[in-house]
Amino acid sequence: MAGIPHDHYEPKSKSEHWLHSRLPIVGLLYDTIMIPTPKNLNWMWIWGIVLTFCLALQIITGVVLVMHYTPHVDMAFASVEHIMRNVNGGHMIRYLHANGASLFFIAVYAHIFRGLYYGSYKAPREITWIIGMLIYLLMMGTAFMGYVLPWGQMSFWGATVITGLFGAIPFIGEPIQTLLLGGPAVDNATLNRFFSLHYLFPFLIAGLVAVHIWAFHTTGNNNPTGVEVRRGSKEEAAKDTVPFWPYFVIKDLFALAVILAVFFAIVGFMPNYLGHPDNYIEANPLATPAHIVPEWYFLPFYAILRAFTSEVWVVQFASFITGGIIDAKFFGVLAMFGAIIVMALAPWLDTSSVRSARYRPQLKWWFAILVIDFFVLMWLGAMPAEEPYATFSLIGSAYWFGYFLVILPLLGVIEKPAPQPLTIEDDFNAHYGKSETPAE
Amino acid sequence: MLKHIITSAVTALTLTASGAFAAGGGDQHITDYDFSFEGPFGTYDQNQLQRGLKVYTEVCSACHGLKYVPLRTLGDEGALGYTEDQVRAYASQFEVYDADLDDFRPARPADHFPENTAAGAPDLSMMAKARAGFHGPYGSGMNQLFKGMGGAEYIASLLTGYTGEEKEEAGVILYENTAFPGGWISMGPPLYGEDVEFDDGHSNSLENEAQDVAAFLMWTAEPKMMARKQAGFVGVLFLTVLSVLLYLTNKRIWKPIKYGTRPE
Repeated sequence: MAGIPHDHYEPKSKSEHWLHSRLPIVGLLYDTIMIPTPKNLNWMWIWGIVLTFCLALQIITGVVLVMHYTPHVDMAFASVEHIMRNVNGGHMIRYLHANGASLFFIAVYAHIFRGLYYGSYKAPREITWIIGMLIYLLMMGTAFMGYVLPWGQMSFWGATVITGLFGAIPFIGEPIQTLLLGGPAVDNATLNRFFSLHYLFPFLIAGLVAVHIWAFHTTGNNNPTGVEVRRGSKEEAAKDTVPFWPYFVIKDLFALAVILAVFFAIVGFMPNYLGHPDNYIEANPLATPAHIVPEWYFLPFYAILRAFTSEVWVVQFASFITGGIIDAKFFGVLAMFGAIIVMALAPWLDTSSVRSARYRPQLKWWFAILVIDFFVLMWLGAMPAEEPYATFSLIGSAYWFGYFLVILPLLGVIEKPAPQPLTIEDDFNAHYGKSETPAE
Repeated sequence: MLKHIITSAVTALTLTASGAFAAGGGDQHITDYDFSFEGPFGTYDQNQLQRGLKVYTEVCSACHGLKYVPLRTLGDEGALGYTEDQVRAYASQFEVYDADLDDFRPARPADHFPENTAAGAPDLSMMAKARAGFHGPYGSGMNQLFKGMGGAEYIASLLTGYTGEEKEEAGVILYENTAFPGGWISMGPPLYGEDVEFDDGHSNSLENEAQDVAAFLMWTAEPKMMARKQAGFVGVLFLTVLSVLLYLTNKRIWKPIKYGTRPE
């Protein structure tokens, strides 16, 4: 593996040689866990471990839940209650799984916004970024289908609304929707294919996570300064880095333990806070809930979806020039997926030569507004589709696209960056008041 | 940055309790009753659950069912505290259909409470989790963090929220109720006070009956609440200790890297 020069595994005993010449698995593990890591990483670099833990937690609790769950429209809801009432520890496993999804998304949003702030997406880490975006998309698919499985009211109506989005695609929309549903409407066939895919996707995610890690182990981690690790020699690299084990493993585990303490408090004391009461009512195709609201982690993009109504001039214009092929509904769908695509394109939209926003005095503020925008959109996504929320949603959506399509390309040209430290070592020593190498 | 992310995480939690938007109608009046099971330390009050069961059995069960609740769980630990014989005696008052006999027979503890769809009334098994009493401020659901979801409060408020006004709409009589979204409910007032004689001599005013049955329905919705809270405490305690140990370990291993002083 290319990358930062460091010591590699050397088989010593005869048996180690025997294994190493046949399958260098110990060497692979050694190189993975001992990877030189910039020593100035801050607390925003802990989310990767949290996410890995979440994936493991969801797979383990999920596998156990499947042992007791029945994927049939007449029995799914009752089988979840069976888990809650009759299975030993079943109530705990289900609440861990349901709230684990929320923890997963809190962590992934923190992880993504960290990448956006410190420019982790920029060359040479574009592949890491793109793989990450694919993982995020798969996570959303997995979470959405998982929410359908308990077959409550919000499961059913959420599935109806979201699969309906695909029906908005011109010409091919209807066949796609039928394929997703396995029929003309949400029914047993839908539940069964969602169940199957909900079990499959986490393993696809696990595979992509391996590629994600492989990619950034090749380029090396980014760090808060955005300055690259010196790679001239092993000695030089060692001044900027420490091995992942034990320094970052222990640090990350400490952060994970703190986060899990909060997580356990939520699971133990308020496990339904992030859920929707309507999902404790069995699915009823004849009774539509007053408000169909997706889970909190979809709300910002749900707000963008709903922002583009037929009254918006952009939508009218798009409809006019395409002869009505792009109507308001399809425009909303394009906007929702577009909001994620522009994020995935950030490596090519950002024209600045400086990686970290720490040295970008203007981007810092635009980024802060983006974070606020994200939370405002989240709130708006849960509000009814009426004024003033519709106008706010439109402004919020405009800023989201503006940040990626206008601010990132433009700022690289007009912004005057602040001076960056020459090396990671300088930054680290300046922070801890060491003066072996005089920081300026 | 850490502060920033904690703030964001907390905001994410508070801003987005989507549960807050279940019911429409902003003019609902939900009283924030003090129930014994609220908060991390809250437990079910066994006597209250027994009284609530009596209200359910003698009043509610005329129209509503509890089809997801196994009768045997009445005797579970942390539940109503009935003995096996008491549960068997209680169960036998219900008739259930037995597919093997192709006939009805008296229910046994292994059976569930019967389903009741005669009046088209909803099943009450999870009702206390299927309703949220609190939604504010501004629909954010943040007050659920402090008051709880409010399902039991909603039920008690509904049962005491009748104003006495009636109206007929499309052949259905609707009753005005200050807790029901929209203000008009098709269920007539089920409780008036002194509907049930409690074995423990507790007051059977309307307020008390409503709260007792609301507490009982919280139990039918969340029978494992006490085990769950216990697991929560064990988890939080264990992870707090682990955090402290990891914090100290982390501090020690980083010291030579940060300050150049080697302990050995």
